[in-house]
Amino acid sequence: MKIAKFFASTILGAGLLMGATAAYASGEITVVSWGGAYTKSQVEAYHKPWIAKTGNGIKSEDYSGGIAEIKAQVEAGNVTWDIVDVELSDAIRACDEGLLETIDASTLPDGADGTPAQKDFMEGTLFECAVANIVWSTIFAYDTTKIADGPKVMADFFDLEKFPGKRGMRKGAKPNLEFALMADGVAAKDVYGILATPEGVDRAFAKLDTIKDSVVWWEAGAQPPQLLADGEVAMTTAYNGRIFNAVANEDKPFEIVWDGQIWDLDLWVIPKGAPNKEKALDFLKFSTSTEQLAKQASYISYGPARLSSAPMVGKFEGKDLDMKPHMPTSPNNLTNAVQNDFNFWADNADQLNERFNAWLASN
Amino acid sequence: MTDAASDMDTRPATANNGPLLTSDGVPLKQKLAITTRRMRWKAFLLTVPLVLFLIISFVVPIGQMLFRSVYNTTGTDVTPNFAVAIQKWDGEDLPSEEVFELFVKDILQAQKVRAIGKTPGKLGTRVNYELPGSLSLIRSAPRKLKKITEGPYKEALLSLDKRWENPVLWRTLKRVTRNFTPSFYLAALDLKYDAAEQIVAADEIYQIYVSNFWKTIWLSAIITFLCFLLAFPVAYLLSTLPLATSNLLMILVLLPFWTSLLVRTTAWIAILQSKGIINNILVFIGIIGDESRVQLIYNQTGTIIAMVHILLPFMILPLYSVMKTIPPSYMRAARSMGATPFTAFRRVYFPQTLPGIAAGTLLVFILAIGYYITPALVGGADGVLISNLIAGHIQKSLNWSLGAALGTILLVTVMVLYWLYNKFVGIDKLSFG
Repeated sequence: MKIAKFFASTILGAGLLMGATAAYASGEITVVSWGGAYTKSQVEAYHKPWIAKTGNGIKSEDYSGGIAEIKAQVEAGNVTWDIVDVELSDAIRACDEGLLETIDASTLPDGADGTPAQKDFMEGTLFECAVANIVWSTIFAYDTTKIADGPKVMADFFDLEKFPGKRGMRKGAKPNLEFALMADGVAAKDVYGILATPEGVDRAFAKLDTIKDSVVWWEAGAQPPQLLADGEVAMTTAYNGRIFNAVANEDKPFEIVWDGQIWDLDLWVIPKGAPNKEKALDFLKFSTSTEQLAKQASYISYGPARLSSAPMVGKFEGKDLDMKPHMPTSPNNLTNAVQNDFNFWADNADQLNERFNAWLASN
Repeated sequence: MTDAASDMDTRPATANNGPLLTSDGVPLKQKLAITTRRMRWKAFLLTVPLVLFLIISFVVPIGQMLFRSVYNTTGTDVTPNFAVAIQKWDGEDLPSEEVFELFVKDILQAQKVRAIGKTPGKLGTRVNYELPGSLSLIRSAPRKLKKITEGPYKEALLSLDKRWENPVLWRTLKRVTRNFTPSFYLAALDLKYDAAEQIVAADEIYQIYVSNFWKTIWLSAIITFLCFLLAFPVAYLLSTLPLATSNLLMILVLLPFWTSLLVRTTAWIAILQSKGIINNILVFIGIIGDESRVQLIYNQTGTIIAMVHILLPFMILPLYSVMKTIPPSYMRAARSMGATPFTAFRRVYFPQTLPGIAAGTLLVFILAIGYYITPALVGGADGVLISNLIAGHIQKSLNWSLGAALGTILLVTVMVLYWLYNKFVGIDKLSFG
């Protein structure tokens, strides 16, 4: 592993040469998240109250997901990030590879109603090295001014005759294969069972074939609302918070279709060897408390991971807009929904992405 | 230096028949050698910063990349004892109880220590590259095995999951626990090991890299050619116009060159997209209908248009600097001797611009073949180049070894092309002006 360390340190060294600077200032922790409206919601709900309470500083950094940076920092033994907001599959993988500090869930504070943390957090949101803060979802959305009698179910997304026009989709196998199967008539709960068979994968690609020529592929979460606003696409898959943000903050006439939503978690993790581990842990406990999670939900439509936060979710900050119906976890939105299966993707992401890329490049 | 010294020796000897001495009594030959050596050292010292910089930022990383593409210690890091024992297994049926015991003990130990990059999950990821579906199997094994403290280990492991009974899994484990491996080059060339350990072509639905290499070379060639077609007249104009006008024109060439790459690329998005400027104009003047807008971006067309624009100055500048040195009187002389304008151009002017063309095409082609950011932004589905796939493996899938293997192949491709170029065009003919 010496080689890897050397390799990683060279990359890091080069990065430092190019002017990347680390925050070693005393009392300041580096919190890394996804930027945009999402980081803003965290700054309002987590950062500011924590700074006020403890007197410590926070250096907020943006990144675009993945664990490449965590891996490089940890393997080089030169960690500058204290706490990072990651997707579930990445949290599991980084934990598996020994890149993260373990977090003892029993030390998390009780819920506001006195429920112990391990019961208060939704099932499947606490892990060896990670604590979930929000539930987010991949959905599809359309512009109500362009399509009057809009799509209702996942199959409509793939129906070019009924709803002509381009489609926006994330460039990658996940979660398009799930969407394709659901559009082909598979119930949300059976999706991963079918996708685990070679025939299921073929079926998903066959369904994707039917709209391939009409798809505009996006990569960053900020793209789909833009594609919709520009009229580049008639409908697009997107992260629900991004669409909500465009509706609530920019008064865009977008509508979300919740049928077939695939929900997932964002979690806090602490890289192994983080310079301010104790403070980062304190920030983690503070930010995932009942009140803070509920507060975040008034800035962005991502569901809090604690059950005790749900009743406290109120109105959108500065507007008369009830947040509850816009949460992925709202019962009305969960009628045909599935959680992203990180185990399935851990095993199959490499292979299916290769197949996806080959499929994309072929005519 | 040595010639000069031997010259001196053959000269007529001085009065005392000894060697020629300097004023302080040292033989001239010796003194001269010392001085020259000192001068060389001084000259070398001046280059030390550059040499160090090149070694640190260029030679070492490239060396590491080459090394990493064939050397992967995951297997021996996670299961050191098992790695040795399994090599003795003949690959028939399943390994023996002793080998199973070492495997179970090694991964339990690895799980306990949880050292960076030496966990069972890491081994699972490595095996998963060659045998998809193994990651969750290996990752979950330590947790399930915790209760087992004594043998028979083989039975215990096989009872956990029937996938452990698969001999292919153990053959793959045998392969990945060897530090030097051709696996990543096989993957980079769309090859794989089949169940019988033979190297075969990967299933067609998984083949992406070879075709993408060809596509990258082909698109780079098209881009280079288009750059040449566009740059030649511009460079000619620049070199023949009066100074004031040509300076103005030169600024127009250089201005985009000084503008941020991202700005220029995103500008092309605004121009080319289906509700963009070009499509809107075409619809407005009625050439195409509103429903049949042309797809000019997020495909190969987009990549070609944007990259030709961005790389154009690299063609214009060498052409210009060479054309500037061609005296206009040559063309006039050719005309006065009866050549038609075209013949004069073809036989007198054009051959003299060859060094500039050679420099420009080489520069543009090599830049294009490794281009990353523009195809990533405007390439869409079929306009991405090999560098984008490499970046995907470094940043997303984290299969750095495969990324390194692809990078090495790209490096070798460029060097081979350079060699061919040198052979047919001659690198000494190259002129940047």
